[in-house]
Amino acid sequence: MSANEAWMLAGMVAVTFGIRYLLFGLAERIRLAPWLSDSLKFIPPAVLTAITLPAVLLPKGDWHLSLANPYLVAALLSLAAGIVTRNLLATIAIGLAAFFAHRLFF
Amino acid sequence: MPPINQPPDLRQHEFLSGMRDTLPLLLGALPFGLIYGAVAATSGLSFAAAIAMSAFVFAGSSQFIAIGLVAAQTPVAIIVLTTLIVNLRHMLYSATLLPYLKHLPQRWRIPLAFWLTDETFAVSVHRFQRNDSSPCKHWYQLGSSIAMYLNWQLWCFLGLVLGNRIPDAQSWGLDVAMPVTFIGMIIPFVKTLPVALCVLTAGAASLLTLAMPYKLGILVSAFAGIAAGLMAQRLARAKVEAIRQ
Repeated sequence: MSANEAWMLAGMVAVTFGIRYLLFGLAERIRLAPWLSDSLKFIPPAVLTAITLPAVLLPKGDWHLSLANPYLVAALLSLAAGIVTRNLLATIAIGLAAFFAHRLFF
Repeated sequence: MPPINQPPDLRQHEFLSGMRDTLPLLLGALPFGLIYGAVAATSGLSFAAAIAMSAFVFAGSSQFIAIGLVAAQTPVAIIVLTTLIVNLRHMLYSATLLPYLKHLPQRWRIPLAFWLTDETFAVSVHRFQRNDSSPCKHWYQLGSSIAMYLNWQLWCFLGLVLGNRIPDAQSWGLDVAMPVTFIGMIIPFVKTLPVALCVLTAGAASLLTLAMPYKLGILVSAFAGIAAGLMAQRLARAKVEAIRQ
């Protein structure tokens, strides 16, 4: 490992752990305003959606809005599977299967 | 911390439940880990540094971006800054978990913070929100954390070892595992109209902020979604109040 790599790793570890730990570390000194604690339940679906949608509609960085896009087809089928089955494993497995079937046959 | 009664059986039960409920997400992370290893093997990053990154940074998307930047010979300071921005969403996660973990001693808070990922967060928050008085819900998060961690180390290592032997691992499209897994994680949260509005707004915003650098669009879109959800909730409550009067 070069010195440059060691510096990069040290920096990445410091910022990543720092972000994850900051609020936990200060927990005793933090009191959330009511509107802030109201907003907490929106955080997970908001963040996860903002990561997911572009990954599906622009899988390689360019818009690909058609059924020829295997990422989009996989996402639509796993969404349907998830709503119907309410089962995480089924959602993921059907999405993956749809993706590879699409790549194989189209 | 007051000595709350924590029967060992319950601890073990929570720990194992956390691991079990995380199993599907391990499948989703598998190809992601393999590709990370395979790409790292050809990025110019040393074997030791690629392993150390998985072991000590333990943050999938920023690891991917970092090896991409290494391959493009980006200065260290830029790589660290990019990592900071890409991982800022974890602060939103820790804010959400704060009410449930703030009574725990630092020897719990430190490892749970280190192991905080999208997956463990999404699974654990459902456990914390369930209406039962188990005093050991943090053991559930610990089980989920350790399952995710060991799984990630294993597949990253295999990807690194096999990386040079698998031609074009990146072109297989295994990266589809991420959106498909995340869709499975989003669905259980969408139980009310305000949350549905939040998701629609965050999704629309994510497509309008694509031009923003360093994935900052994710954060901006998340805030837009949260604001929409909050407003919808206010309106719904105001309506209930109006009907009552």
